Amino acid sequence: MSIERIRTTVGHIVLMLGVVVSIFPFYWMLVMASNTTPDIFSYPPKLVIGSHLFENMGKVLDNIDFFGAMLLTLIASLGVTVLILFFDSLAAFAFAKYEFPGRNFLFGLLLATFMIPTQLSLVPQFVTLAEFGWIGSLKALIIPGAANAFGIFWMRQYAAGAIPDELISAAKVDGAGFFRQYLTVGLPVLRPGLAFLGIFTFINVWNDYLWPLIVMTDPNRLTLQVALDQLNGIYGTDYSMVMAGALMSVIPLIGVFLIGGRHFISDLAAGAMKF
Amino acid sequence: MTVTKALPATVRSTDTTAKPPGKYRQAFPQYAAVAPFFILFAIFGAFPVLFSIWISFHDWDGIGSMTWVGLQQYSYLLGDPKFWQAIGNTLIIWVLSTVPMLLLALVIANALHNATRFRSFYRIAYFIPNVTSVVAVTLVFGSIFSNNFGLLNAFLQSVGLGKVEWLTQPWGIKIAIATIVTWRWVGYNAIIYLAGLQAISADVYEAAKVDGASSRQVFWRITVPMLRPVILFTAVTSTIGGLQIFTESRVLFGDTNNIGGPGNAGMTIVSYLYQSAFINNQFGYGAAIGWALFILIVLFSIINWRLIGGRDNERIARRAARRAERNIAAQKAAQQEDAEQTTKEAADVH
Repeated sequence: MSIERIRTTVGHIVLMLGVVVSIFPFYWMLVMASNTTPDIFSYPPKLVIGSHLFENMGKVLDNIDFFGAMLLTLIASLGVTVLILFFDSLAAFAFAKYEFPGRNFLFGLLLATFMIPTQLSLVPQFVTLAEFGWIGSLKALIIPGAANAFGIFWMRQYAAGAIPDELISAAKVDGAGFFRQYLTVGLPVLRPGLAFLGIFTFINVWNDYLWPLIVMTDPNRLTLQVALDQLNGIYGTDYSMVMAGALMSVIPLIGVFLIGGRHFISDLAAGAMKF
Repeated sequence: MTVTKALPATVRSTDTTAKPPGKYRQAFPQYAAVAPFFILFAIFGAFPVLFSIWISFHDWDGIGSMTWVGLQQYSYLLGDPKFWQAIGNTLIIWVLSTVPMLLLALVIANALHNATRFRSFYRIAYFIPNVTSVVAVTLVFGSIFSNNFGLLNAFLQSVGLGKVEWLTQPWGIKIAIATIVTWRWVGYNAIIYLAGLQAISADVYEAAKVDGASSRQVFWRITVPMLRPVILFTAVTSTIGGLQIFTESRVLFGDTNNIGGPGNAGMTIVSYLYQSAFINNQFGYGAAIGWALFILIVLFSIINWRLIGGRDNERIARRAARRAERNIAAQKAAQQEDAEQTTKEAADVH
């Protein structure tokens, strides 16, 4: 009994150490963002939260169009999320619940697209979008990612188990067409799955760096990540200001995660088990 | 008149009996539902991939006319020391990050599995690094690893060790990048391992306990083999992610002539691709690097599959579990025999 007890205590100590490592960089970010740069550069370094946070945040707003970048990122993230939720769940509903000629072939094709790394098509995608005249516009951030294989695959697995066939048959008897069946039977049942896919997509688009770096060429229309990197590139010596910017860019997302986090984590793990 | 009138009628009647035309027409809503993905994929996925083959056979700055050069981009690539350095850097960073990351994740998942209290707090705390943007994370770690004023060097100095020029030395740079990757992904992988652990039936553990297996034996002989499919999943995803590392290196070192820091020590394959295509405007060369990256990813995925996966994961896991049980039973029997022998010997002495 006591050995068991010691073991769980040791387990918790190990886990708490891990939590400290996990959380420390956030604390350090706050420390740097709330002190002045000379304070950070002193030896021994200041390890406690200072009183210059708002001053540093103000400097960020003076130097880059922070809220403009945040708004742009928000629009892109929400745009992609809404489109993906609609297109992916609609396709997943059809794949999971209906027999139609070529269904298995099409689904196999969809799975095969997983194999293609995004970096392979970086150059030609850029060229294609340039041909469309979309470089520098929000369309370049939203449209190419408006439906994806991962989401359809994930939602299909979810829909297959979650939506009872009887409900669909009942809707059919009532004379509902396919789209009506999707709206009245599919969507309500799929809601928890949509919550996961929504958060997952939103976080990914919000945090994306390489693609916006390439396609958002107008320096006045940058996403948050690129703007933050630029802030660092230009004012890199002002550590505390850069960290204030980093902190401001991280807070909204952590908020989203803390609200939906618990279910999100279990759903993500469950999805990984299905592969 | 009568003929034309009769014709639609017969067509309609065959329409209802013969399936093919109606079958496809009936499925129209389903085709419409799955169409958006395939249309978008055709435009932004399939076409670019094919187009990138075409581009890679040309010399092209993205604006002017394309000059056909055949396989020259590829032959230049094979002889380009910078390209090989990028591959070497990427592989070193990948090993430096993936190996500790997956091992730590396994340890954490095991501890989480045994901990009944605070589990949801732990899960959130471990997962937060993964949802935080790489750019912000890299900026923080950049300050921690900073040569002169970094927290890590301040710590090393305070315990009497010398400073290390993390962001100048080839190994320092790679360790710094690998640390960022590890920090961001340990929790994610631990959560996935935890789900795998929870899927293992409690009976197996019970049986091992009854047989007197030590916790180390249980971990290596039961847990790890049963987790094989999940480990394969994490290994494949971290390989694909690891070979595409870019942001950490780029944010740490920015737009300089030395891509990825002094001596190009942190230049990854994607950094080199980005530099070639979007900074130097060598689109043909960039496309060729993209194909080299693709081949590398396929190659490493196959290696992962061979090493960890095999042909039938479940069968292997079951076999490993059986073998583990047999081994434990055999060991227990041996121990008993030893014990019996020692007691017998003790009795003989008396």
